[in-house]
Amino acid sequence: METMTGAKALMTAMEKEGVKEVFGLPGGANLPMYDEFSRCDIRHILTRHEQSAAHMADGFGRVSRKPGVCFATSGPGATNILTGIATAQADSSPMVAVTGQVPVAMIGKDAFQESDIIGMANPVVKYAFQPRTPGEVPEMVKKGFYIAETGRPGPVLIDVPKDVQQNESPMDFPEEFKIQGYHPWYDPDMVACEKAIEMLLNSEKPIILAGGGTIISSAFAELQSIAETLMIPVVTTFKGKGAFPENHPLSLGPIGMHGHAEANKMMAEADCVLAIGTRFSDRSVGTFEAFEKRLKIIHMDVDPAEIGKNQTTSLAVVGDVRTSLRVMVKLLLQKAIRKTEDSVWLKHVKETKEYWRENLKIHPGEMGAAKILRKLREVLPKESVITTEVGQHQMWASLFYDVIQPGTFFSSTGLGTMGWGFPASIGAKVARPDVPVVDIAGDGSFSMTENSLATAVLEDIPVIVFVLNNSTLGMVAQWQRTFYDRRMVGVDQGGCPDYVKLAESYGAQGIRAQSMDELDKAIKSALSSDVATVIDIPIDPEEDVLPFVAPGTSLSDMILPS
Amino acid sequence: MWSILSVVVENKPGILFKVTHLFRSRNFNIDSISVGITDNPNYSKMTITTYGDEKQVEQIVKQLDKMIDTVEVKHLDEHKTVFRELCIFKLKIANANDSMEVNKLANAYGGKVHDVRKDSIMVELTSTPDQIKAFEELAKPFGIIDVARTGVTALQRSGA
Repeated sequence: METMTGAKALMTAMEKEGVKEVFGLPGGANLPMYDEFSRCDIRHILTRHEQSAAHMADGFGRVSRKPGVCFATSGPGATNILTGIATAQADSSPMVAVTGQVPVAMIGKDAFQESDIIGMANPVVKYAFQPRTPGEVPEMVKKGFYIAETGRPGPVLIDVPKDVQQNESPMDFPEEFKIQGYHPWYDPDMVACEKAIEMLLNSEKPIILAGGGTIISSAFAELQSIAETLMIPVVTTFKGKGAFPENHPLSLGPIGMHGHAEANKMMAEADCVLAIGTRFSDRSVGTFEAFEKRLKIIHMDVDPAEIGKNQTTSLAVVGDVRTSLRVMVKLLLQKAIRKTEDSVWLKHVKETKEYWRENLKIHPGEMGAAKILRKLREVLPKESVITTEVGQHQMWASLFYDVIQPGTFFSSTGLGTMGWGFPASIGAKVARPDVPVVDIAGDGSFSMTENSLATAVLEDIPVIVFVLNNSTLGMVAQWQRTFYDRRMVGVDQGGCPDYVKLAESYGAQGIRAQSMDELDKAIKSALSSDVATVIDIPIDPEEDVLPFVAPGTSLSDMILPS
Repeated sequence: MWSILSVVVENKPGILFKVTHLFRSRNFNIDSISVGITDNPNYSKMTITTYGDEKQVEQIVKQLDKMIDTVEVKHLDEHKTVFRELCIFKLKIANANDSMEVNKLANAYGGKVHDVRKDSIMVELTSTPDQIKAFEELAKPFGIIDVARTGVTALQRSGA
């Protein structure tokens, strides 16, 4: 056993896990770990705020499906990453967050920059470790990565007291370890899989609802195979957007508060749903009770606690959804079951889809949101990775940006963290430097983490920020227009800052696009740029996102554009 | 529905916090909780009683099961379980007759009397929550000065 410090052991253990990049910001309590960056091959990517470091790690984790790593110091550094950790937890994103802590003997003494981050983070982490001696570090790192990326992924916190970083100990780097109370995988439930097929075959109006779990487990091919073999239309949750190619004839797009009209309508009419890796969040299903009585729900999820949490199900298929779907695909092959597209239901679905694709009213102006996002789709290569912020632009992206290559669209869907998209796009670009990465943003969200431009420029990570700028907290404004009789409070951004100048001040490229022609040129310029680009697109502050399912109502009660 | 949950956890600092925090953050209520080490010093056993409909209790069990520090979670059937709670009452007494009456009452419930003073008396009772409640009703007329309860602890009967 080699003797080394806790800090060295931590970095060595992370190298063994294959970590190549760490997003973070140094401070007093994590300096011994930072010192190790000078002697190891792990690249440190400096951020201007710890929250952004966590979002970058999150973006990296979602795209690479390996835990992204972020570092922060104790006290405020640690509390600053909490929002990022909670965001990762809400969206089941693999992450390892490493915080510095005051020395063991100082814990509980209200020392300078001390915070009980273990206590604070508890409800928003998958697990948290705090080594009290250096010798514990290697196994905690090993277990931390394992917990973060297996089963239903999530964030793991490792809080390392400064003396644990500094002190030396003989270090054992175990390959084997046991976590007795952790059972991330369940064998595929063959009986349930067979029953699921039977239920789908016996229903008249089946539908597939693909959630975020479909993307996390990369069950794209399996999903497509089931849908095509049984000729079942596919809707997704917002988090599941792009689990199924949105240009596929069977695709209806996302359901939900701002789902596609055709998706919400067909979801409300279906009699049997194969729900894959979804928690039936309120934003996705509205008040489900309205039609759940006649709807048979087959719920597939890797997390048994999701079964029955928000929705009573007719059949549960617990286990990794990709593995379960594979079993189903195999069963269908064995039984030589293949449906054709002549069912009454499918004809109705196709007609409904065609109707709404042609007749959904969009903003009449040249720079309406739908036209802007369709232009982006038209110009971007299909393998491009999209992140979004949170607000109107996010929902317009959901409605009007079709994801063609599965697993290329990411958003803070659970916690709804404004400011997530831009740093997440940086993390995504680090994971996939070979493809364009675009943050579809609004001005309100972008201003929350815009200082990550420094990271993008200095660390040479050329992402594209696509700002739909209505100089308003647009979604809040929409609710104020809709539910508060147009009393607009606290939403005006006053045209401040000038995002072109802001971008330029960081050394990034800033382009304003006020016509479709300018927008086309701007996107192309951004795609060929070797620095990060901010495209500022002024839009009408009065434009609403529609359709809209008001909170507490059912998917069939959509407010449609008039 | 009153439910008894038996939760075996790793015997490490902070686990009680996590379990109670889970109840709070998931909007469940803890009616009582008792914790003690098991015959294996690596594990503690928590006995938690809670109220909730079937669906809620099922969800609590699942969420507890999902916790990495829990080794085993059981929803005990109270008809197939021995469950007891230790309770100490301090009662007012006015005279020797009161003292005798309390003694009789304590005996009837299998309790023990402690700390007999001229104006107060303590009764230790180990019983089911229902029996403790019944005793409390009968003890009320004397005047309850104070009471301390351990919360329920429980063990499933063999073959259950």
